[in-house]
Order: sequence, then structure tokens, then C-alpha cells
Amino acid sequence: MSETAAIQGTPEGVEGLVEDWASDKQTYNVPWGKAMMWIFLVSDTFIFTCFLTGYLNVRLTTTEPWPLQTEIFALTLFGQSIPLVLIAIMTFILITSSGSMALAVNFGYRRDKQKTFWLMVITAVLGASFVGMQAFEWTKLIVDEGIRPWGNPYGAAQFGSVFFMVTGFHGLHVTGGVIYLLIVANKVRKGHYEKKGYEIVEIAGLYWHFVDLVWVFIFAFFYLL
Amino acid sequence: MAYVPLADQDHEQELHHPHSWVEKYVWSQDHKVIAIQYGGTAVLVGLVALVLSLLMRMQLGFPETFDLIDPNAYYQSVTMHGMIMVVYMLTALLLGGFGNYMIPLMIGARDMVFPFLNMLSFWFYLLSVLILLASFFVGGGPTGAGWTLYPPQTSMAGTPGHDMGIVLMLVSLAVFIVAFTMGGLNYVTTILQYRTRGMTLMRLPLTVWGIFVATVLGLFAFPALLVSAIMMMFDTLLGTSFFMPAIIESGTPMDYEGGSPILFQHLFWFFGHPEVYIVALPAFGLVSDVLSTHARKNIFGYRMMVWAIIAIGGLSFIVWAHHMYVSGMNPYFGFFFATTTLIIAVPTALKVYNWVLTLWEGDIRLNAPMYFAIGFIFTFIHGGLTGLFLGNVVIDLPLSDTYFVVAHFHMVMGVSPVLVIFAAIYHWFPKVSGRMYHEGLAKAHFWITFLGTYAIYLPMHYLGFLGVPRRYYAIGETDFIPASAQTLNESITIAALIVGAAQLIFIFNILWSLRNGAKADPNPWGSASLEWQTPDTPPVHGNWGDKLPTVYRWAYDYSVPGAKSDFIPQNMAEEDVEMEDSAAKGV
Repeated sequence: MSETAAIQGTPEGVEGLVEDWASDKQTYNVPWGKAMMWIFLVSDTFIFTCFLTGYLNVRLTTTEPWPLQTEIFALTLFGQSIPLVLIAIMTFILITSSGSMALAVNFGYRRDKQKTFWLMVITAVLGASFVGMQAFEWTKLIVDEGIRPWGNPYGAAQFGSVFFMVTGFHGLHVTGGVIYLLIVANKVRKGHYEKKGYEIVEIAGLYWHFVDLVWVFIFAFFYLL
Repeated sequence: MAYVPLADQDHEQELHHPHSWVEKYVWSQDHKVIAIQYGGTAVLVGLVALVLSLLMRMQLGFPETFDLIDPNAYYQSVTMHGMIMVVYMLTALLLGGFGNYMIPLMIGARDMVFPFLNMLSFWFYLLSVLILLASFFVGGGPTGAGWTLYPPQTSMAGTPGHDMGIVLMLVSLAVFIVAFTMGGLNYVTTILQYRTRGMTLMRLPLTVWGIFVATVLGLFAFPALLVSAIMMMFDTLLGTSFFMPAIIESGTPMDYEGGSPILFQHLFWFFGHPEVYIVALPAFGLVSDVLSTHARKNIFGYRMMVWAIIAIGGLSFIVWAHHMYVSGMNPYFGFFFATTTLIIAVPTALKVYNWVLTLWEGDIRLNAPMYFAIGFIFTFIHGGLTGLFLGNVVIDLPLSDTYFVVAHFHMVMGVSPVLVIFAAIYHWFPKVSGRMYHEGLAKAHFWITFLGTYAIYLPMHYLGFLGVPRRYYAIGETDFIPASAQTLNESITIAALIVGAAQLIFIFNILWSLRNGAKADPNPWGSASLEWQTPDTPPVHGNWGDKLPTVYRWAYDYSVPGAKSDFIPQNMAEEDVEMEDSAAKGV
């Protein structure tokens, strides 16, 4: 049946869509690794969605008032308490790293080994500094303000629980991403992909952009909501 | 992996060629060896779960007879039996075992797209099984909270294994999910991107379709289980209150406040209901192929079957709260979820009709796999019909947590997939091992298992109507349960012991036939699908010799009018098909 359809030209509408997808060999005209990364990211999206749904749910069920984020996440700079300043810097850094990653992908496809390598290193350094600032933030929350996963002086215990769990899980993603980027960058430098092609840089980039995108949601849900 | 358009490749995939026995059979990257490792581990751990169920039955049939089984041991058996059977046996055997073996062979590939990841998947799975089994040996034993692990009881002192047992269970589940994700990404990518020339999606055998959609479900459903496992681990180890409300334990308030037990149920069943179809869909696929081959007829309504699999997969994500009608959630939810639950019966019934219509006027060969496949149709219809009862809120309320529920899910997702697994093992055994199994023993195995199934689960429906609650260690004296219920319980236990022992016939048959079975023909059933057309039996590393096969037709060309042979293999070109003299060629 599909053969006759192929001879007479692709059918219209939904049937045509099915025929397109059902073609032999490959459904998507992309390398295996890229297809796999996309599927993995969808699966990972479900993980973060479940985390955020759980967070919103316990925020509703808890009996204590939710702590005021503007106070907890304030930083004293030059003698003045500025709300959300640290997190603004962190978010800026992470989004900048997405930009440098996009440039790395671009130079990869242009087969510019040097620039690709250095842009990936810059991305990794920005990512590492994000994790470093997160460690600073955690230290401040734990040591100075006495916030623990099981309780805190400002209100609902669940605040600390979800905050450490979700930002920690995201931080692990960033850390893993930094390691992944450095491995790929090193292989770029050694000329591993001269023959194979630079798709792997784009695949690493997909992961990196995903981690940044997730951060935007975490930022909105935890710091602004 | 470099990107070379597959159109012109025959040996582009850099296959990992083993150099030693250890690399070939232990740290193997060959999908066939990994499949057997997965399958063997799943069967072994399934036997553990079988023994646990027999312990439970002995207690229920003959209470106060066995000192070995105290209430704690009973609840631990319930929990471990359920969790092992659903996750570590059925999911691993159907996707890790059959998925690994069948996908590359059926789509005409040399291996999975990422063999190393595939190997890691198995070793993570084995690790998760070992962690799970380790919980039998820690202080307090494994958790006894029921396979659904509902809080708050998981963490309370009255529940066995509330300290170490539950932690090991959660860690094991998390490791299993990592293993499944590595394998699942491989299966999905392989099916989408590594099909051979001519193998369009609409020519795939239904086995591949079932495994494909089930794997996609797994990749989207297991995250919910992972998240709930992490949150429960925090509750247990760090003292957070995600799922724990303010609660009093033995007169003293526990250190929890403000958590939501219902949240856990939602997360758990958002995983748990798709999980039913993660197990069922591969079984649907496998049984379709077995039925079609042994009935010498094409599968009835192939396209409908494919769309039904996809529809069931999609719907399975919006029915989860039908497990929670009595949990205290908003009653209006019940209305929504009852409706979606009943809608899912439509594509499912469609599949059953199509199986029966495939048999209609077929040239049925009653080989052992066919026995099991037809047996599956019976058990699945019976289990499915009771599902319609339980899907309705008003009927579910009185039947909830009775033996009716136990009977329902054991018929529909316990026995049915297991019968398919037996059918599939007997059906593909000649290809996997190169030898035939013993037909007589296989049929004896079928009759005892099939009749025993009814002897076990049919009476449970009556017990459920009487209101006998499930998960009770002993029922004791009540006003509403007649003494005759105990007689039924005894007969169920005797039947269960016989069926349990009968599985030894299966194990013996397989092990004995591996050495002593008659040499098998490369295609003993005259099957049209691609996995039977390999140049070697059993298939060797790389599967296809020098050149990948080319596919010209779907997998179900049986009894084609005018053709000399009663099947036409998928890789036979139109001009090579031998026609009977009277029939004009190609018409």
C-alpha cells in the first residue's frame, strides 16, 4: 500500500504526515545521538515537571506560612540589603553561557577547531561559576540563616526541603553538563571530530540549553512566585 | 558516531568485536547476549517473587500452621512479590529481554544504535536487583508497606522495614530507572533511526510497535516514580515532610507536619498506570505475531492494531486516578477519570476482536506457543471485563481493597502477560538456541498453568463480592464472611502450589532442550517476519552477514492467494515469489 502511495506521490493531510514519518531507515534526518538526546530531554522534562508539581502541591498543603523570598534571598552589598541580587547575577551568567554555547555550535559547523574549543571552555567556566555561586548561596542559607531541609526559622519547613532538593538536582545537572562540555571540548581540541563531523558539539549544546531553560522555570517558581 | 546517511551503509556501525570469552558473554555489547542476560536475571528474580506468593498463599489457606510466616513476613512477602513481579520481572523481561533481542532482528539492524549504553543498562539493572535483594538481609528486613509504598505507613514503626528496607527499595528503584532510561533511549532511537531498506514504520511487526510505544511510555512515566522515590527518601533520611502530615505514632506526635500523602499517590499512579501498559503493550505485540504465524493468516486490521497501541499509550497517561477513588481526592475527579478509563476499553476491545478475527477461518497449527497465545485471549478478556466494573466509581467503592481487585489485576496484568511470555519463549526458542523445545512438556506446562490460573483467580472474584479484604494476614472471625470462604482459600492455595510447581516443568524443558533438543530448522514455523530470515541460526554477532536485508512487504504475508508457499518472507522481492501455475504472476 505504501509503495503505490510513494509512486503516485505523497498523499495529502494526516495520511501524508504518517507516510512521511513512516519512511524507511530514518524517521528524522538527524544523527542517532541527536535523536537520542532529544528523547532524553523530553524524559528529563517530565522529571522537572514532577518536581515543580510536587513543590506547588506541598506549598498548598503546608500549614505554616511560606517564608518571604525577598528577605531570605537578599544580599547585603555596600551596606544595603538588595533582594534577589545574587540570583539575578547567577541567572545572567547561565543565560550568557547559553549564548557562548550557541556560538560554539556555529563555529563547530564552520570547522573552526580553535574557536569552538575556546567557546566551549568559556561556557564550561560560566557553568562552573554558576555552581560555585550556588554553593555560596547554599552556605549562606544554611550557616547564616539556619535553613535546613527539615525546618527553618522563617515558616514552612517545606521551603527548605523543596529548595535544596530542586536546586540541588538542577545543580547536579549543571555540574554534569560542565564535565560533559569539557570532555567534548578536549576532543575538539585534539581534532577528534575533523572526520566524524561536529554534530556532537550541537548535541552537547542541546543539553546545555535545556539545563538553562529549566533554570528559568526554577527561578520563576522559587524566587518570584 | 559519525553521521552518514544510512541509505548507502552496510557496515558503517563500528561493532565492538569481542576478543575473549569474558567480553563475549559477560561484558558483552551484543544485543542478543544482553537480552539473554536481562531475561535470565528477570526469570531468576521472578522465581523469588513466585516463592514469596506461595508463602502468602500457604498462610492464607492454612492459617496458624506455619510458624515461619508471621504478620511481618507476610506483609514483606506481599510487597516484594508485587514490586518484583511488576518492575523487576515483567518490565525487565519484556523490554530488556524481548526488546533487546527482537528490535534489531525485526527491523533489520546489526545491533542497537549505542551498544555500550545498552550493556551499561543491563549492569545497572543487575545492580538494582542486587540492592533490592540485599534488603532481605538487613536489620528489619525488606519493606512491608505494600508494592504501592503509600506514605505515611511506609515510615511508621508499625510497618516492617520502615528504616533500612524502604531506603534500599527506593535506591533500587532509582537505579532501575537509570538502567531503564539507558536501555529505553536505545530502543526508541534504534526503531526510529536504524531500520533497514524498505522497513517502513507501517511494515514493522506488531511486536516492535508494542515495545516501541511501551518504551516511550516508560521514558515519560518512570520520571514520576523517580521523583516520588527521591522525595520519600528525603522524608525517611532527612526528616522532610513532603508526604508526611502531622501524625501520631504510638501516642507521641512524629516530627512531621504539612506534607501531602495524596501527592505521593498521584505521582505514584502517574507512573503506575502507564506501567500497566508498559507491561501489556509488548505482550499485545508479541501475541499478535504468534497468533498470526500459527494461524497462517495475516493479522486482522494491522493499521487498526497500530493505532490502537498508540491510542492506548496516549490514554494511559490520563487515567491514573482511577486507582484512587477511595483516597479522599475531590469526587469530581472520579467522574473524569472513570470516563477516560472506560474510553480506553475501546481500543483494547478492538485489539481483542482483531485477535479473534485473525483466528477466524485460519489454518490453525496447535503448537505450544499457540496454546499459550489462545490462553492469553481468554485470561485477558476475563481480566479486562472486571476492569470495566472497577473503572466505575460506584462499583469500585464497595469492591475496593477486596479480593475482587486482586483477581482483576492478576488476570489482566499478571497472568496474561506471563502467558504471552511463555508463548513468546517457546515461539522464539528455536531461533535463540538453534534447538527445539520438548512439545509434550510444553503442552503439559500450558494446561496446568492455564487451568490452574482459573482455579486460583476465579474463586477470588467471589471472595471479593463477599467483602474479603485483601492484604490481610489472617481474616479471623467476622460477622459478614461465611466460614466457607476459608474452604475456597484452601482450594486456591492448593491450586497455587500446583501451578508454582508446574513452572519447574518449564525451567526443566528450557534447560534440557538447550543441550538435548532436536536441531531446529532456521524457520520452523514458516514465519514471514525478518528475524527468522537471518543467515545463521542462532544469529551471530552483526546479525546479517555482509549485507543488510532489504524489505519488500509487511510481516504478515501468510496464505497469500496464488503463492506456492503459505508464507512470503519480508525480504523476498515481488519477482522472486513463486506463484502457482494457474495464477497469473503479480496479480
